[in-house]
Amino acid sequence: MDQHDANRYSRQIRLPSVGEHGQQSLLDARCLIIGMGGLGSPAAMYLAAAGVGQLVISDFDRVEDSNLQRQIAHRSVDIGEPKAISAKRTLEALNPRCRITAIDWQLDDEELADQVAKADVVLDCSDNFATRFALNRQAFQSGTPLVSGAAIRTEGQIATFLPQDGGPCYQCIYPGDLEGEESCALEGVLAPVVGVMGSMQALQALLVLLGRTAGLAGRLLLFDALAMEWQSVRVPRDEACPVCAGRKAVHDGD
Amino acid sequence: MSISVRYFARLREQLGRSGDELDAEGIRTPADAWARANGGDTLPANTLVAVNQDYASLDSTVRDGDEIAFFPPVTGG
Ligand SMILES: [Zn+2]
Repeated sequence: MDQHDANRYSRQIRLPSVGEHGQQSLLDARCLIIGMGGLGSPAAMYLAAAGVGQLVISDFDRVEDSNLQRQIAHRSVDIGEPKAISAKRTLEALNPRCRITAIDWQLDDEELADQVAKADVVLDCSDNFATRFALNRQAFQSGTPLVSGAAIRTEGQIATFLPQDGGPCYQCIYPGDLEGEESCALEGVLAPVVGVMGSMQALQALLVLLGRTAGLAGRLLLFDALAMEWQSVRVPRDEACPVCAGRKAVHDGD
Repeated sequence: MSISVRYFARLREQLGRSGDELDAEGIRTPADAWARANGGDTLPANTLVAVNQDYASLDSTVRDGDEIAFFPPVTGG
């Protein structure tokens, strides 16, 4: 870490939970973010600002007028551009030292597996069950921590899954044959709700990179914006889960 | 004693109340509690259930004094 970084990240380095060592871990880290919409925008911006060294951002949609109410990595001039490209510009302006890789095509299974395996942490900022289940499978196959966020209307949910800890996975919460997709286009969404959940995803990803996962393991957090309430639910591993059952916990030194 | 039922987010909006206190007699599962509190209204698909803040299923066992919470699923982003 040079003088520029020491100064730029001084407010984080000051924290006992981060310190120079923690900041260096962030600078050395690689995060994969799937989705550059309402959740992915603030998540990526906070991770870039906080000094995560490398962000791989994936989205094959293009920016539309109706996205701009909440997808804050994109601007009016970006309408029609691929979201991954538009977000890359925003992130590079925010932090030129952050290495951004933009993926503006739909990853096939092999490419997704490769990207998940290379990442230190994956953020699921997607908007559909198919992607969520695929990402969950890959994360557990390669042992990569997965921060899964969702938001719609005036509510949100977030959980971090830690394959190495013997904890639950996304499919322990939602059965894999789930149907009845909902979309923000149909249901609506209050802009800062995705901001709250996306920022929380960035925060949980930083905790993973800093090794502070005790508060994340086996917990699903639910946000009700109208009631201004958070609920926490303890989630055990489903012993019949087709994705994670039978996986052993992996601990350093074992 | 009784069983407390809580509704979260969209469910609270749709039902117009944040919860119910039910006589525990005859309630053995979250499904029983939902049926007692909401009569013929079927539980929305994929609703998540917690008993005393532990993830549960609709046919988990509940006891006198338990708190059951119902949460709508969220997938958007
Ligand atoms: Zn599982």
